[in-house]
Formats: sequence, C-alpha cells, structure tokens
Amino acid sequence: MSLTRPFLLALLGVALAQAGTPGKSVIRRGAYLVSISGCHDCHTPLKMGPKGPEPDMTRMLSGHPEALKMPPAPKLPEGPWGWVGSLSMTAFTGPWGVTYTANLTPDKETGLGSWTEAQFLQMVRTGRHLGQGRRILPPMPIQNLQLVSEPDLKAIFAYLQSIPAIHNRVPAPIEPAATPIPMH
Amino acid sequence: MRALLLAALAAFGLVPGAARTLPRTLPQPPRLLSQTGLYAASGVVDARHLAYAPQYPLWTDGAAKSRWLHLPAGTVIDGRDEEGWVLPVGTKAWKEFRFGGRKVETRLIWKTGPATWVFASYAWNEAQTDATLVPEGGQPEAAEIAPGLRHSIPSREDCRGCHGREQVEILGFNALQLSPDRDPGALHAEALQPGMITLDDLVVRRLLRGARPDLLSHPPRIAAEAPATRTALGYLQANCAACHRADRPIPGLQLDLRPRAALRTALDQPGSYRIPGQADSRILSPGHPERSALLHRMASRHALSQMPPLGSVLVDQAAVDHLRRWIADSPFLPSH
Repeated sequence: MSLTRPFLLALLGVALAQAGTPGKSVIRRGAYLVSISGCHDCHTPLKMGPKGPEPDMTRMLSGHPEALKMPPAPKLPEGPWGWVGSLSMTAFTGPWGVTYTANLTPDKETGLGSWTEAQFLQMVRTGRHLGQGRRILPPMPIQNLQLVSEPDLKAIFAYLQSIPAIHNRVPAPIEPAATPIPMH
Repeated sequence: MRALLLAALAAFGLVPGAARTLPRTLPQPPRLLSQTGLYAASGVVDARHLAYAPQYPLWTDGAAKSRWLHLPAGTVIDGRDEEGWVLPVGTKAWKEFRFGGRKVETRLIWKTGPATWVFASYAWNEAQTDATLVPEGGQPEAAEIAPGLRHSIPSREDCRGCHGREQVEILGFNALQLSPDRDPGALHAEALQPGMITLDDLVVRRLLRGARPDLLSHPPRIAAEAPATRTALGYLQANCAACHRADRPIPGLQLDLRPRAALRTALDQPGSYRIPGQADSRILSPGHPERSALLHRMASRHALSQMPPLGSVLVDQAAVDHLRRWIADSPFLPSH
C-alpha cells in the first residue's frame, strides 16, 4: 500500500499533465508532420543563400514577411499560364486574387497565439479562414490537411504552439481585378 | 486497489482501448425528412409544432421560408438568458427554403442531449413529395435561383459555424426575434400568420421559464434613437452577429455586431480588411459609405470578400441601400 499510493498519484499526475499541455512526444510528432507535409515550403520565407534560395529559418513558419511590400500583381496573360509567385514563395497571384501565406507561429497578435485547439480543428474541418470566414485560398492545400487524423492535427497544433513566436502581420488577401480572367 | 487504479487510468484515457469501450450511440438524422417528425401526415405539418417568423430574418437570396419548433410534451424553455434561451432536450427546429415557389431544402436542428445536437439538411425531390438527407459536406449548387446562379446547401460544419458548437442557438427563436414590439422597418420582414407563436404566446402558455417578470410589459427592442438605426442594427444582428460576437471570439477580431456592441466595435475601426483602392478603409466610417468595409463586403459576392461568407450568392440590395443611406446620414452620431 505504501508503494502503491505514490505510484497511483504519480500516474494521476502524468494523466493530468497530459490532459493539460501536450507531451514532448506529441510535439515531436507535430514537428515531423509539419516537416513532411510541406508547410515550410510556403509558410517559411525563402532567402537567397550561396547555393540559391533556401528557407530563412530565423522567420520559421511566420508567413509572408510584413516588410516585403509587394508591388501590384502583374497582369496575367489569358493562359494557359495562370498564376505567379514571389521569390520568397509567400505571395501568390492568380484568378482568385493575391494571397499571402499566414503566420503560423504562436504570436498572440499576428499568429496562432490566441487560437484554441478547437478553433484550429474547426479551421481545418470547414476549410474556412478563421474557421468561419471565406474559403481558405489557393495555393494552400487545405484538402490535404482535411484528410489528416484528429490526433495528428492536434499534434501539428501543439507543435505550432511550441515554436518561437514571431511578430509578423501578414497582409490581407486582395481581390482580383474586376474583369474576370478566363480559366480556360 | 487494482480496480481503483484501472478506473483512475481509464478516466484519463491511459488504458489502451478504454475510450473504445464507451457506448457511442449518438442519434443520427433520419434518411428522409418525412421521418424526422415534421409531418403528421403526408405534406401536413404536425399542428403541435410551433410555427414562427423572426422579426429580423436572415437573407438567403430572397428565399421564402417557413419555420417550426417542436418542444417535447411537458418541457419548457429556460428563458433566464434572454439572448440565449436554453431549449429542452428533444427540441427540434426545422426551416424550409423555397425559391420560385418550389421547396429546395429543409434544415433540421435536433437537441439530442444536454450538450449534443444533430444538424441535418434535406434536399427536396423533383416531385416535391419528400426530401433526402444530404451528405455531411453539403450539396453545392443544389438548385438554380437566378440565371447562372445556384443555391448551395451548406455543410454540417457550416451549420455549426453559425449556430454554435457547444451552446447551440436557434438563431431566429429568441426574445428579440419573437418580440411583439416588432420593428416596422425590418428588412424582408414576414407578416405573422394566424397560429404563429409569439413571445406573448410562449409566456401565456407557460412554455418559457425564468424570464424577467416584465418581459411582456417591456418586450425586447433594439435601443436606438432613429428608426433607421434600429433597422440597421436588427439586420446586422440577424445576418452578421451569429459569428461576430464577443462571447464567441474569432481569433484576432474584436468585432461584435450584436446591437449593444455594434457601433462601439465597428465605428472608425480599421479592421483587417482593406477596400480595394480605398486608402482610408474602416469597418464602418460615419458619413462615408465608400470607406465602410462592412458595406463593401455586404455588397460583394466575390469569394474573397463577401459577407456573410456562405449561404448567399445574391447581394441583398435592399439591405445595402438601407445601410448605405444609414452610414451616409449617420443618425447615430451625437450631432443628430
């Protein structure tokens, strides 16, 4: 009995800890999923290095840099070329308008710092901005994320909440010109 | 001791498979609308259901609508929170949408437990004899409502997006919407038909418990000095405030478009959305409709900017016109 009681209390402590903050293994799982899912491709800006473009890990997952003011989107030909992207791989323009990749770091004002896990899951399930707004825009492959299991989505969220917060206010998307651009 | 230990572990989900042993018999929506309890006989709505019409209806591309609520026998509504009535378990609410005189869809919200709800949408058949449950993801472009424009039946996630996830509300069924002090200027208001339930009826029939004693002598009414403001705030309440409300915060947004908070949180606020080509864009800019993002987004049906973001493909021109005049005149400013 004298040994069982501390053991039980220790287990309950572990359980309570698990119920609150995610464990290291969950965060590691999230890091793995983020790395193999291509999140960095667009959410971590590229910079020019000695061997060409490379992810700027000092801005890891912070989205389109606020300081990188993009000029007006180029007028696109009628096709079949349909969209262009910035050299940073964080800004895109196409028939849907201009989109900038989001800040996924836990900064409370400009990133996911004020989000709850439930809101993150809602965003994925609905495919809507902030979980209840407009559709999430190209080129974000939200349809891929919607196939991820709930435990894995929670792991992704846990990882994103664990990385360094970067204050970076990403611009809002811009509507395309009023003249419809032919899709075919 | 072993049993105690296992129970403790199971309670925290530490026993593999423990969660799978719990019963998971959540009610599912029936396959056909006719199986949901709406009708007493083929095409005849059960007379025991409460038909109602909110004073500030939601714009759905001009659809004609009918609404019914079923309260299980012997149950009452907890009306202590005037803005968020608590409905008894077993409550069902239906809303029928018609375009051009044809029934297109009927939505069902069914409270199956203290904190569990079933959301379902049913698409009507060609013969208009019954409607079939649509998939969880909704049914895009279910029916043509204007040349080249089609009505989409929303997904169940979208239903929850407006009605709530934990604390679900029947948005058109509350004290303000059923108030006998109806706004004569309310946009697209439907006339009360004989037999429709009102706030008075709910009180007289003792279906509302815990409401303030003076509810009928002082029925809910949007406080506004100018009739145009009352109407505008009522419209925003019905069409925007299901999402934009401080008690269900959207990350990064402080906008609350419920009547008491709309002017405080929207007036002259920069917001996150910028009107294209407009240097000084505000959520609501008194005297300047052209600078008011709220109006711009109401008047847009571009996927990137339209508001509300779902449930409509046609601009509500009457509402845009009213709000444009209201913002231009700004009768809510002290100088008036």
